[in-house]
Amino acid sequence: MSNSNPYQDDRGNKDRSITNPGGQGTAEVRRKSGPVTAAPDTPFLIGESMTGGYGKGPDILHDCTIAVDRGEIAVIVGPNGAGKSTAMKAVFGMLDVRSGRVLLDGEDITTLTPQDRVIKGMGFVPQTHNIFTSMTVEENLEMGAFIRTDDFRDTMAQVYDLFPILKEKRRQPAGELSGGQRQQVAVGRALMTRPKVLMLDEPTAGVSPIVMDELFDRIIEVARTGIPILMVEQNARQALEIADKGYVLVQGRNAFTDTGKALMADPEVRRSFLGG
Amino acid sequence: MNAMVKNTGLFALVALLIVITGIMQSWNTALLILNMGLISAIMALGVNLQWGFAGLFNVGIMGFVALGGLATVLIAMPPTEGAWAAGGYGIVLGLLMGAATIVAAVMAWARLPKGRVRSLAVLAILIVGFFLYRAVFDPAVNAVEAINPASTGNIGGLGLPILMAWPVGGLLAAGVAWVIGKTALGLRSDYLAIATLGIAEIIIAVMKNEDWLARGVKNVIGLPRPVPLEVDLQRDPEFVERAASFGMDAVTASTIYVKLEYAALFAVVLIILLWMAQKALNSPWGRMMRAIRDNEVAAEAMGKDVTRRHLQVFILGSAICGIAGAMMTTLDGQLTPGTYQPLRFTFLVWVMVIVGGSGNNFGSVLGGFLIWFLWVQVEPIGLWLIGTLTSGMADGALKAHLMDSAAHMRLFTMGLILLLVLRFSPRGLIPEK
Amino acid sequence: MDLLNAFITLANFVIIPAIAYGSQLALGALGVTLIYGILRFSNFAHGDTMAFGTMVTILITWLFQAWGISLGVLPTALLALPFGIAGCAAFVLLTDRAVYRFYRTQKAKPVILVIVSMGVMFIMNGVVRFIIGPDDHNFSDGERFIISARTFRELTGLQEGLAIRTSTGITVITAVVVVALLFWFLNKTRTGKSMRAYSDNEDLALLSGINPERVVLVTWVIVAALATVAGTLYGLDKSFKAFTYFQLLLPIFASAIVGGLGSPVGAIAGGFVIAFSEVTITYAWKKVIVYVLPDGMGPDGLVQLLSTDYKFAVSFIILLVVLLFRPTGLFKGKSV
Repeated sequence: MSNSNPYQDDRGNKDRSITNPGGQGTAEVRRKSGPVTAAPDTPFLIGESMTGGYGKGPDILHDCTIAVDRGEIAVIVGPNGAGKSTAMKAVFGMLDVRSGRVLLDGEDITTLTPQDRVIKGMGFVPQTHNIFTSMTVEENLEMGAFIRTDDFRDTMAQVYDLFPILKEKRRQPAGELSGGQRQQVAVGRALMTRPKVLMLDEPTAGVSPIVMDELFDRIIEVARTGIPILMVEQNARQALEIADKGYVLVQGRNAFTDTGKALMADPEVRRSFLGG
Repeated sequence: MNAMVKNTGLFALVALLIVITGIMQSWNTALLILNMGLISAIMALGVNLQWGFAGLFNVGIMGFVALGGLATVLIAMPPTEGAWAAGGYGIVLGLLMGAATIVAAVMAWARLPKGRVRSLAVLAILIVGFFLYRAVFDPAVNAVEAINPASTGNIGGLGLPILMAWPVGGLLAAGVAWVIGKTALGLRSDYLAIATLGIAEIIIAVMKNEDWLARGVKNVIGLPRPVPLEVDLQRDPEFVERAASFGMDAVTASTIYVKLEYAALFAVVLIILLWMAQKALNSPWGRMMRAIRDNEVAAEAMGKDVTRRHLQVFILGSAICGIAGAMMTTLDGQLTPGTYQPLRFTFLVWVMVIVGGSGNNFGSVLGGFLIWFLWVQVEPIGLWLIGTLTSGMADGALKAHLMDSAAHMRLFTMGLILLLVLRFSPRGLIPEK
Repeated sequence: MDLLNAFITLANFVIIPAIAYGSQLALGALGVTLIYGILRFSNFAHGDTMAFGTMVTILITWLFQAWGISLGVLPTALLALPFGIAGCAAFVLLTDRAVYRFYRTQKAKPVILVIVSMGVMFIMNGVVRFIIGPDDHNFSDGERFIISARTFRELTGLQEGLAIRTSTGITVITAVVVVALLFWFLNKTRTGKSMRAYSDNEDLALLSGINPERVVLVTWVIVAALATVAGTLYGLDKSFKAFTYFQLLLPIFASAIVGGLGSPVGAIAGGFVIAFSEVTITYAWKKVIVYVLPDGMGPDGLVQLLSTDYKFAVSFIILLVVLLFRPTGLFKGKSV
């Protein structure tokens, strides 16, 4: 314990009459964003040869590149611990990228904080804790639109069109919904900023196969509205089926990169990652 | 700088401060600080056991200290003539009936099938039990309190040597700690802080209001002492002669001699407890406590009964506070329930533990001495400071107000010290290894 | 047997005092519960925050009285209240900048903040005693009663009187207004919703573009306002004494926990539960029972379940019972 931050040492105290552990943030409130520079003629969103890790820890990503272009669904797959989510978080600015850069819509945003990337047009849906459970569905969507100062009723109507069940349950606390519905709230919340690109971290984790299929359908629908989607998926087969582009990561490195169909057809990918 | 050297230096610094007090003010003041410092160190040791070793947040230290004080009266005061015959047994019977009511209610709750019948039955048991208890208890109390209310009016003690009250104070505190711990630590997540905060106030309320017990706010004065009385020493020609050979008058010499004897007694207790706490810290039990503290899930997975361990350490720490409370009342020679205030007896001890270094026994002892020294000396220093600052001001209402208020600088300073240490040296002056 | 007089007695000695005390506790508990929900620790300095705000109000009241400004039948303190709130908010924000903010950037564990709040408690306690002293201050002026017991008896011809003190009326009306405003703010405004979002899920709030420092700032201002209002109302109703306010911490914590920590509705319910239990259990029921029972069957004793000095014990026992049967409090807070 002696090395860790003494202010974070609670001596194992779990006295709920004085401390509230719920909802406490883990993300570091980072220093100010750096400058944004123009980077023309590049893919719409690309994390280019990213190397880095969390804080002062060892590198998890090694020269890893992830990109998605307009109108595409790009999927990151790979075995457990391959750094799939880490790669996405690197694109979103949640870990230190020590070399490489992140470009969005012709701009170099490598030094921006995650909050500023949201303002720049990134929509991010974390894998867990991705809704405000004590707030109603509608309030969740409103909070998604927090940075917008204009009228966002249209966007909300669009989200309700995409996810009709949410409209039905808009007055219910989001925490009372089923797993699949919660994921829809989470995606809906991210859509409220009218993002230029939507990033989903394992949206189907922990839902039943039927719900999973429905979620994939919804994601395709979102993509059809013209928003490029970058997605990390555990269920490689289904994900690659809907993917325009697939990235197979192994130990933080790009192992295979191709279209979804080509990866599905690649015998080596099938043998190693898709179970034959 | 070597840690050992630094720590020795810190203790030497506190010793030096007390010596300076002796030279600048008086040796009586210095020894009084030393004596209360010893007691504070013991309290801090107890709280450190709970917070430092186990992360238990006890904000009811005042209650355990007061129970120790109660023990001195119950053990050392002579029994009140006729009190037991008049109502003592009635009181005991009443209390037993009260306890039986609660036990019966709990058993009914556990045994009866769930439903309205159970709720009604439990309610009925509680109501009937309460009135029966009052019917037996009240007249007995009145009878006891009627006995010579100006000087006694309580059931008195057992007339045993007051030193016996120290361990008994510890036992009393341990008993109450067991009850609190059993309820507050047993739930799904604990709520020890609010429980201890509440119990401490209740203990003080009981001690203030139950006159039959220890005369309530009428106070018990003239507790027997483990050391000779100053006046006896002054009458002793041998003592006067020896004092003269040191170049002291008999009055000063006797007060200092008595305080030194107290200091010796307290030091013995502190050393024993410190030795035991160190042994415990480095024993398999202590290692397990720290393992639980640092990773409860893992400890639980290894089959450790976390709640049981927490209960143990909570009881031990509270018992130590009880012992310290008994010692303090012994030193005062009187029990005055009105003087128990949470800022002084709960939160100040927390300042001692945090400033000294949570998790380190020597740190707590240092914190106890240092903070007690400051608690006593900030007042004259504040007075001097305000006096100096306002010396240029014209006499008037503002100046008078400032001088009057200087005494309250003490609370402010304690808060400031706590915040500064937390901010710049969060592990305390002597950090845990 | 005289049920009407029995009821009037009950109302005069139990219901009305309990409603006033309950409102004061509820306002205090709301402050505690907001800090618990948003800053994630129990603020031991809350009683002293109330004392500080009330002290500023009293000082301004004295100033107004010296200037000859008054509100007629209403206490001058009401006029001074906004200044008290501003003073308290300024002090609390200063504390946040100088003390608490550092621990937020360090992502300190809540229990560390609890210890920090102990330090703040000492400092505030010292400051209040330094400025206004440890003594009792009565700063209520204006008309003492809305209806005095005698007027009531004359009006109704009943044997028993029902007195409604001005401070009681003001307490209840102010509490209702303040609570309504608070709930409107938390549930209907953008800032209020962002506070709830931050309380619910800090990381996601950050991703949504909610500025944590702003949420914390607004929270402290609201807490300072609630504390000052609660403290001033309590002081008008009883009197101001620094130590009493420090001691209010226990019933206030108990109210917040009974209601469910983190739940504003719970804080209000908890405040009234605690207040009503304290008053009913420590009230001597003899008079009411004499009216209710047929003549000559009245009890001999006072029929007081517990002496008034045990009111803290009552808060605590209620707390224990609620926690044993509903660990999350009456209105599901963040599981206690």
